[in-house]
Amino acid sequence: MHSEPLNDRNVSSNSTYYYVDIEEYPTQGWDKFKRVIKRTFKGELFVGLWVVLREMIKFDIHTVQYPKEKLPIGPRYRAVHKLLRLWESGYERCIGCGLCEKICISDCIRMDTKIDENSRKEVTEYSINLGRCIFCGYCAEVCPELAIVHGQRYENGSEQRAHFVIKDDMLTPLDLLTSGQQAEYPGFGSITPNESVKKTPLAY
Amino acid sequence: MNEITITIDGKEVRTQEGEYILNAARANGIFIPAICYLTRCSPTLACRICLVEADGKQVYACNAKAKNGMNISTTTPTIEAEKRAIMEVYDVNHPLECGVCDQSGECELQNYTLEIGVDSQSYSIKDTHKPAQNWGLIHYDPALCIMCERCITVCKDMIGDSALSTVARGGDPLDAAFKASMPKDAYAMWNKLNKSLIAPNGGDTLDCTNCGECTSVCPVGALVSSDYQYTSNAWEHTQIPATCAHCSAGCQISYDIKHTSIENPEAKIYRVKNEWNYVSLCGAGRYGYDFENRSVTKDANAFNAAIEAFKNADTISFTSTITNEEALILQKLKEKFGYRLVNNEALALKNFLKHYGAISGQSLYGGDLKKVHNADFVVSIGSALKTDNPNARYAMNNALSMNKGAGLYFHPINDPVITDMSKNVTQVNHAPLMEEAALYWVLDLFGDKSAMPSELSDYLSTFHSMKTVTIQETVDEKVTETVTKKVVNAQTGLEEEVSETVTKTVKKKVSKEVEVDTNGLLDYLNAPTGFSDTLTKYLAKKENFALMVGADLYTHPNAANCARLVALIEKYTKFSVTMIPNLANTLGVALLCDLDSGVGTRTIGYNTSGDFTLSALGDGDLDMPSLNQQEGTLTSINKRVNPTNAAVPFGGYTLNDVASALGLKASLTIEYTAQLPVDAGFKGLEFDALPNYYTNAGEEIRGYLLDSHTIEMSEDQSVQPFDTKGAMSGTMIYRANPVMQFSPFTARAHQLRESGGLYVSLEMMSAYGLSGEDTVRVTTTKGEVVVPVINDSKIKGEIGYLPTFDLKINSGAVLGDYRFSNVTIEKV
Repeated sequence: MHSEPLNDRNVSSNSTYYYVDIEEYPTQGWDKFKRVIKRTFKGELFVGLWVVLREMIKFDIHTVQYPKEKLPIGPRYRAVHKLLRLWESGYERCIGCGLCEKICISDCIRMDTKIDENSRKEVTEYSINLGRCIFCGYCAEVCPELAIVHGQRYENGSEQRAHFVIKDDMLTPLDLLTSGQQAEYPGFGSITPNESVKKTPLAY
Repeated sequence: MNEITITIDGKEVRTQEGEYILNAARANGIFIPAICYLTRCSPTLACRICLVEADGKQVYACNAKAKNGMNISTTTPTIEAEKRAIMEVYDVNHPLECGVCDQSGECELQNYTLEIGVDSQSYSIKDTHKPAQNWGLIHYDPALCIMCERCITVCKDMIGDSALSTVARGGDPLDAAFKASMPKDAYAMWNKLNKSLIAPNGGDTLDCTNCGECTSVCPVGALVSSDYQYTSNAWEHTQIPATCAHCSAGCQISYDIKHTSIENPEAKIYRVKNEWNYVSLCGAGRYGYDFENRSVTKDANAFNAAIEAFKNADTISFTSTITNEEALILQKLKEKFGYRLVNNEALALKNFLKHYGAISGQSLYGGDLKKVHNADFVVSIGSALKTDNPNARYAMNNALSMNKGAGLYFHPINDPVITDMSKNVTQVNHAPLMEEAALYWVLDLFGDKSAMPSELSDYLSTFHSMKTVTIQETVDEKVTETVTKKVVNAQTGLEEEVSETVTKTVKKKVSKEVEVDTNGLLDYLNAPTGFSDTLTKYLAKKENFALMVGADLYTHPNAANCARLVALIEKYTKFSVTMIPNLANTLGVALLCDLDSGVGTRTIGYNTSGDFTLSALGDGDLDMPSLNQQEGTLTSINKRVNPTNAAVPFGGYTLNDVASALGLKASLTIEYTAQLPVDAGFKGLEFDALPNYYTNAGEEIRGYLLDSHTIEMSEDQSVQPFDTKGAMSGTMIYRANPVMQFSPFTARAHQLRESGGLYVSLEMMSAYGLSGEDTVRVTTTKGEVVVPVINDSKIKGEIGYLPTFDLKINSGAVLGDYRFSNVTIEKV
């Protein structure tokens, strides 16, 4: 979009680039000796020590006390996946189209599907190997139903390299859905209004 | 056929005169969109999207024939507008369920919509409610159907079941305003589409031989396999090019494999696909794919026992469901250790070929199924075509429907499927053992009497007699009458009587005595009445003749004489002769192995019973890989050596391991491919050098063709007269398998699992007082079996059959070598 200033690598007086004022490095032995003396006795070390001491006395600590406290995460953050349900019926949104499985560049998604008693495609099991997942977000982007999204849970350390989340881990529990706690995903892959979409005529 | 040159979009293209423009373009890599056209079938003209301009005139490329010097352009503004409108129409109300549709991107509707660039919709109509229907193995969703009618076309022109047709759709007519505003062809296409849907002829259920070819040709996801439905997406499969392992047709197939489930990463076959423009499968090929020997591990004890058994044995008894390489291993073992190799079914073909060669001077028959496809007069003798080799049946049907052909089917069992192929096919249901009469009849009618040996022509003439028959004829007769009429005189106004002479033509039935040449052979064959008249009609304007002969002849008590007659037919008539081998590799085994006729004292059985059994069926002493678990080559009816690949893994020992332990050194079975003997017709090519594909022009580039080499011919062309009183009578049964079964391997597939019995027609049931719940004891001089009675609606007459696919029914214990046996049937 606005990449022109960055693309202009012609460093000259009228551009936004300028040279930082850096002292010449000493080359002679005498000049080097003078710089050592100057740095040793200037007392810059105490500036830093004073800052630490001052903050310690004030008890105004900025360190986040992880894991007791956590920083808020941006909506576009891509952590462990979630499978959402439809608000109205509580059914799974996933239709089992397999696009996430297809697009996955680290080949870590697998699903088992079958025809259910209502002649609909049913996803019987769904798994993501988090040990392979690179959290690129393609699965969420390609999903036509906004069924698979990235959640905020980034704590997925494990004892083994290969570790999996399955459908039950990712699917919104029904009680959370009824209590309205399923968050709609505003991030990567969510619906953006698009004026280029043309309306199909209907005969009735 | 003359070669001509036409120009398509400025490119000069060589093609045959009379070839459709579409095929000429496809063969030369020029793209013309077409949805409803199927190569090898008649043009349907449903989609109209193959519009081109030929010499300034708009024609449909699929049914316009190329003429020399024709100038064709595939795009003009009008054609572009038509194509765009056609694709828009196809998209009207098409459900947006591409995400779950089983076509999963292999969709011609999707492809052409994108190709033609439909980005908005101008047409609309109220949708109708069209619930999905389950037709057993096949699932039909009319909502997805675009009425290209490819399923109907392939079923009629290729398969011959004609089980599908169009029915009324119901719903609103098109808005009249569209007629004026739409491109002409698009409107006509839509008007037709909007009126119809596909339905089985038999009402709600599909009454056919379940080949599933309709699901294969469906361009969208409307017709799919019920078993495959919603289990996978097309793109997840790895396609393993292979050759079907069930019958001798050697159809090219691809096994579509994928991991079994999330928990089980082992490969599993999900479905079978075929190049439907060039090869049509049967139900066994399409649905009988998971016959592999599962969960086998290397059992060292069993292996050592096998080696020990081989050291002690003197006979190896085996079936023809093995590769050429395995057959060669067995032959090499025989050469090294002097085993007797026993395979009666392949031995019958081997002997038949030997006796055939004594007269023809060729090691192999001259015909193949391609010649049958191109023939216009097809004769089948001694084979239950429908179940022995479905592809031979398709070839016959295709010849009848595409080449305005006619056909004769000589077989003791009446087959309604053959009758339904065409109105120009006649079944001659002769008595068993009268096959020779049929061969003599062919020689008599079509043979060049001046060229054939005089003893033969003399013998044939003994069947001819001049008979005086009284026939009813309708004659036009002129009758001159004098009629008296009352006419009003214009001058006087009075009525006067006037005499007039009138000549009339009157149709009159006259009995007439005529001398006709009757052929006594037809009486021995129980030919239907009026057969010679039918035949005269059939034989008008026929040029290409094809004869198929089957296993009834190879197992015939006078098989040698039958073989010599077949050779004489090939020599003295215009018929091409194709022999139908029984199983997947019967021809290969017959060519590769020196077979013996009787077993010794200690037998190794390979896929058959023995003192020690090697089996791919999972019931033996040592597990072997089945044909979808090993690579190798199979020899088909078309005399082609086709490569096949392993689709699913096998964890156990192979025959090559056994042979290696016995001193034949090869690390892989396919090292034997290059050693296949050249003097038996093989080419000695490496397995990895064998191709397996079809070109866009439909040329089969698969493996290689066997060379038929000339063998020493004896001057003796004599044949024995047949036993005119030899016809079998009484209660008879036949050795055959029901539709979709060929061997125990087909019965292992989960979609085809069934148990066999005595298959009988409704006529036989009523004649013997049987019902579907009965169990009967079938007794012959050899032995007896007790089997349930099963009604087969696809046969007629009073001959039943016993199958070989069900290992629980030991049909070998009752039936002799000849496929028909006299039996007694009693209820138990």
